[in-house]
Amino acid sequence: MSSHDNTHQEVEGAPHASFREYMIGFGLSVILTLIPFWLVMGEVIDHRGLTIFIVVIFGIAQMLVHMVYFLHLNATSEDGWNIISLAFTVMLVAIAVAGSVWVMYNLDNNMMPSMQDVMNTLPLNSN
Amino acid sequence: MSTNNSVAEQVDNAPLFHMQKDPHNEPGTLLGFWIYLMSDCLIFAMLFATRAVLAPNYAGSPLPKEVFDIPLILVSTFCLLFSSITYGFSVLQMQQNKLNGTLIWLGVTWLLGAAFIGIELYEFNHLIHIGASPQSSASWSSFFALVGTHGLHVFFGLVWMVVLIIQTKKHGLTIANQRRLFCLSMFWHFLDLIWIAVFSLVYLAGVL
Repeated sequence: MSSHDNTHQEVEGAPHASFREYMIGFGLSVILTLIPFWLVMGEVIDHRGLTIFIVVIFGIAQMLVHMVYFLHLNATSEDGWNIISLAFTVMLVAIAVAGSVWVMYNLDNNMMPSMQDVMNTLPLNSN
Repeated sequence: MSTNNSVAEQVDNAPLFHMQKDPHNEPGTLLGFWIYLMSDCLIFAMLFATRAVLAPNYAGSPLPKEVFDIPLILVSTFCLLFSSITYGFSVLQMQQNKLNGTLIWLGVTWLLGAAFIGIELYEFNHLIHIGASPQSSASWSSFFALVGTHGLHVFFGLVWMVVLIIQTKKHGLTIANQRRLFCLSMFWHFLDLIWIAVFSLVYLAGVL
């Protein structure tokens, strides 16, 4: 054991981070943050749905960057248990969010007409 | 005696039915903390689902398009992003066993996190003042529940950071303290990750 490093021990299983890794992650995050903000603030694309789609894609990309470069996630960390629990969570999140939106959208469609819809059908509007 | 020897020989020759290496790192705190973060992820997923369902129900309260201050959100996003990288620098200093460097970068991280919370409180105060309060409509209720829960997480992260700064200052970079600092780093990066979903789906998609 070298004399200058006689007390330092590292936590078992902790990922070994590097300066280069953090800087790559940071650079990518800055780009992936600025582009969606620019798209929305500058009103670059004249199509609401397409802009939202691009913003969401950039969001997912930046989340992946954070997981790889900041959380040091890979297929072998903790013998694969990290990635398995993540996959399980992503599945649950997808079911919960997509399911809620889907069910509630259909519920909305099948509900009684709102007061506004009723008002629009009344003859007094046409006068 | 002779029977004992033969038993020992049999045991030596017997095939192994257990793993030579324990598949989990002792004491497994980091994996356990990761699983906690995954369960926290589910809480946020529920809040995002609630927000997605209730977002169109304004009931006459102000629209996000009219009241969201996107440049301010850009500033707070960068506060959180910078705090992620400064926490990374703190971890790098910790790996080189540099106590002062670790504490200085933790301090910088704390200030950036506090700036984020400050901006959020200013924004909430402003929104409530102009009538977009949690009790004004289902849409704003879901907004405050989601963004507020994230803000509370960041706040408790700041409290935890103060505790760890004091502990590390007192006891040095012991194994236990390093493990705690690693857990907080995972918590902190995870909150930044959730914030990406918040600014994309709530703020940017909200003003379109």
